[in-house]
Amino acid sequence: MEGTTGSIGRRTFGMTNVQAIREQILAALPKSNIELVENDSPCGQHSLLVEAKDLLGVARFAKSPTGLGFDYCSNVTGVDVVDRIETSRRKEKRIVDGEETEIERVEETRIPGWLEVVYHLYSMRDRKGPLILRARTGDRLEDVALPSLTPVWRSCELQEREVYDLYGVVFTGHPDLRRLLMWDDFKDHPMRKDYVEPDDYDYEPTPHNAVLDRLQARKG
Amino acid sequence: MAILMESLTRRNHGQNAEIEIFTHEPASLDGELMEVSMGPQHPSTHGVFRMNVALDGETVVKLKPVFGYLHRNHEKIAEGASYLAAMPYTDRLDYFCSLSNNWAYALSVEALAGITVPERAEYIRVISAELTRLVNHSCLIGFLVQDMGASGTPLMYAFREREKILDLIESLTGARMMCNYMRFGGCRCDLPTGWLDEARKVVAEFPRFLDEYEALLSSNEVLLARTQKVGVLDAELAVNAGITGPMLRASGVNYDLRKVDRYGIYDRFSFRIPLGDHGDVYDRYMMRLLEMRESVTILEQALKSIPEGPVIDPKAKIRGFRPKPGEAYGRIESPKGELGFYLISDGSANPSRYRIRPPSLINLTVLEDMCLGHKIADVVIILGSIDIVLGEVDR
Amino acid sequence: MEMMSTNGSTDEGLKSELGRQGIVVSSFNEIYNWGRRNSVWPMQFGLACCAIEMIATTMSRFDLARFGAEVFRPSPRQADLMIVSGTVTKKMAPQVVRLYNQMAEPKYVIAMGACAISGGPFKQGYNVLKGIDRYIPVDVHIPGCPPRPEALIHAFMTLQRQIDAQVLTGVARPRHLNASAPSEFPIPEFGDHDLLPSHNREVWKAPPGRSAGEPSE
Repeated sequence: MEGTTGSIGRRTFGMTNVQAIREQILAALPKSNIELVENDSPCGQHSLLVEAKDLLGVARFAKSPTGLGFDYCSNVTGVDVVDRIETSRRKEKRIVDGEETEIERVEETRIPGWLEVVYHLYSMRDRKGPLILRARTGDRLEDVALPSLTPVWRSCELQEREVYDLYGVVFTGHPDLRRLLMWDDFKDHPMRKDYVEPDDYDYEPTPHNAVLDRLQARKG
Repeated sequence: MAILMESLTRRNHGQNAEIEIFTHEPASLDGELMEVSMGPQHPSTHGVFRMNVALDGETVVKLKPVFGYLHRNHEKIAEGASYLAAMPYTDRLDYFCSLSNNWAYALSVEALAGITVPERAEYIRVISAELTRLVNHSCLIGFLVQDMGASGTPLMYAFREREKILDLIESLTGARMMCNYMRFGGCRCDLPTGWLDEARKVVAEFPRFLDEYEALLSSNEVLLARTQKVGVLDAELAVNAGITGPMLRASGVNYDLRKVDRYGIYDRFSFRIPLGDHGDVYDRYMMRLLEMRESVTILEQALKSIPEGPVIDPKAKIRGFRPKPGEAYGRIESPKGELGFYLISDGSANPSRYRIRPPSLINLTVLEDMCLGHKIADVVIILGSIDIVLGEVDR
Repeated sequence: MEMMSTNGSTDEGLKSELGRQGIVVSSFNEIYNWGRRNSVWPMQFGLACCAIEMIATTMSRFDLARFGAEVFRPSPRQADLMIVSGTVTKKMAPQVVRLYNQMAEPKYVIAMGACAISGGPFKQGYNVLKGIDRYIPVDVHIPGCPPRPEALIHAFMTLQRQIDAQVLTGVARPRHLNASAPSEFPIPEFGDHDLLPSHNREVWKAPPGRSAGEPSE
C-alpha cells in the first residue's frame, strides 16, 4: 500500500533552517534574546521563543523584504500554561529514638505558569513557512503584557483581540484592544484552563463527569 | 422646504446668485453623523453578524464590526474532549463546507502524529473537498446576488445544484450537512456502489449550470453597476491583513495552498488558479465562478483516476489515540481561504491547545477599509463578497 | 391532516353529506383557524447551521410555499413565526427575546435543532444558552443536528395542526385572544459570567427530580 504522508511537512523548515534563521535574526539584532524550541512531533515545526522586549523588533525584521521576508502572519494563538507543582522525593536519614531510620521527604515546588502567544508566519512572496514565533508573559495574573504585532501585520488585529478576550494577554500598542467575542462587561478570560463555567446545565442528565461531580458535592 | 431651497441654491450657484437671498442654512442638517447598528438580526448579514456603521448621509464614514453572537466555544469544548470527538465539531465550523473542515483537522492531526493516508482516501478527500467548494461558491453567488436585490431566483438555482451535490454527499457520508466523514489516516467508510458514476453525472452536468449562471449574471447591467469599482482591496493591504482564499486572489496575489503546500495529492492534477485584476466585488464574484470551473476539472481528473484500495490506514488508532507531546499547524485551502488547525499535544488523550485559524474572521479585518466612502447599500454587497460564515467567524 | 375543529359543535357526517351536495357549512372558529394556519409568515432570522437547512426548505426542492409560509419577513413586526434556527449564545439570547417581544400576536416559535432545544452538542459551552425555552415559550421542538428540511416541514405541519385545534373562546383560548396572558417576556441582562436571570421562572421550570440550582438574580 502506497501512502502519502507528511503532506504538510513538505515545505516546513528543518531544524537546521530554523537554527539558521535564528542566527540571521541574531546577526541583525545582536542584543535580542531568542531561544529555539524544539518540537518532537513528526511534522518538525520548530519555533523560536522571543523575549517580550525583543518581539516587536524581531517581527519587523521577519517581515521586512530585506530581512526574512515573511510578509504574511497567518495565525495568532493564545496558550495558557497553568502553574504546576513539581514534587520531588528525597530520602533522608534521621535518628529517631536512637535508631537510624530512613524518612522520605516530599518537597513541593510551585512552578509558576505563563501565557504564551504563538505567531505562525509565512511568506507569500517566497512561498515558505511557517516560521513560528512565541512569546511568554511573566506570569498569568499581573505581568500579562506583550507587545502587539498589529502595527507589523494587520492580520493580528482581530486575532490579538481574541487572545486578549479569551486569555487576558494585554497587547501594548494595539490600536483597538477590546473584547472580541464575549460581551464587554464579562469578567475573566474563559479560555484559561482554570476558568470555572457557570453551573447552568446540571439539571439534565449529562455525561460530563465534572458537572455530575459538582452536583454530587453540592448535594453531599 | 428649506431642503429644497438649499438644493436649488447649490444647483444654481454661480449662474443665478440672487436666489441665495432666500435661503438660510438649516442647522439641523449640518453634517450630523447617523449611527446605524446593522445586525445581529439583519437579513443581509449572513447570520448573526453585526456592524456599527456611522453614516454621513448615505456614505459610510466609520464601520466597526461586532463579533461573538455565535461564539459557541468550539475550542474550549475540543480541549476537553478526545481528538476524535472534536471531529464532529469541525463540521459545524463553516457549515457549508463540513468536508473541507474535516480534512483540515485530519491533516493537522496526521501531521502531529505522523499518520499516513492511503491513496484512495486521498482521492476521496480531494473529490469531497472539491464538491464542497462547488456547493459553497454557487450558494455564495446566490446570496450575493440576493443581496443586490435579485430576490430568490439565482439563489434557487444555486440551491437546486446544491441539492444534487448534497445527495451525493449524503449517500457517501450519511448526512447532508454534518458529515463527520474523515478520520485520522483516511476516511470513515468507502464509497457506496455506483457512487462514482453518480458523481461523474453530477460533475458532467455542472458546467451547464455555470453557463446558465454566467449568461444570467456576469454581464447583467445591474450586477456590473453595483459591483465594479466597489469595495476595492489592493494587493499590499490584502497580504498584510492576512486575507486568503478567493478574496486574496481577486486582488491579484497568486497564493493558493493547493499549489503552494500541495497538501494531499493536489500536485497530481492540472488546474489553474484564476487571478483578479481590480480587487473589487466583481472580481471576487468572478473568482468564484472561475474557481468552480477549475474544481470541475479537478473532479473530472480525480473521478477518472481514483484507484482501488483501503480507505483508512489500518495502523491508525481510532480508540485510545494519544499522540506524543509536540505541536503541529496544518492548513488547507478551504473555499473561504486558509483554514488551519494548530494543535498542541501534551501526550494525553485530548489536545492541550486546539486552535482554529478561521479564514472568515481574518478576512473581515479589512471590512472597514473596503467600505469607507461607499454607500450603505454597498456595505451589504461588500460583506457578501467576503463570504463569511458565522460558525467560523465566532466559533 | 384532520380538518375538524375541536369545539365539537359541527356534526362531521352531516357536514360531509352537505358538502357532497355543494353546500359548505363551517364555523367561524374553523375559518379563522384555516386562514391563520395557511398564511403563517416566518421571520427571516437565521442563527447558525440550521438556518441553511431552513433556507433549503424554502428553496427549490422542498418548497415551503406549499404550506403558505414562503413569505419570510425581515421585520419581526410583520412575522407570525420565529424559527429559532441554531445555537442561541448567551450574547445573542437577549436579542432573540427582544425580537420575540417585538412580534405581534398571534405568534409562534419553532425551536429548530438540538442547539435551540437544549444547547445540543455545544451544551458544555460557557457562552451557550441551554435551550431557548428558558426565556420564551416554544410551540414545536424539532430534534436533529441539523434537522432535515423534511423535519422542518413536519414541524410546520405540527404547528398548523396546533393552530387548527385552537378554540377561540373559553378558558383554553389562545394567548392572543386572552388579554391577561403575557405576550412579552423579560429580556435577560448580561452579568459577570452568565445571563441574569439564568432562566425565566414563568416560562421554564427545572425538570422534576433534578436539583435545580437556583437562578442567580
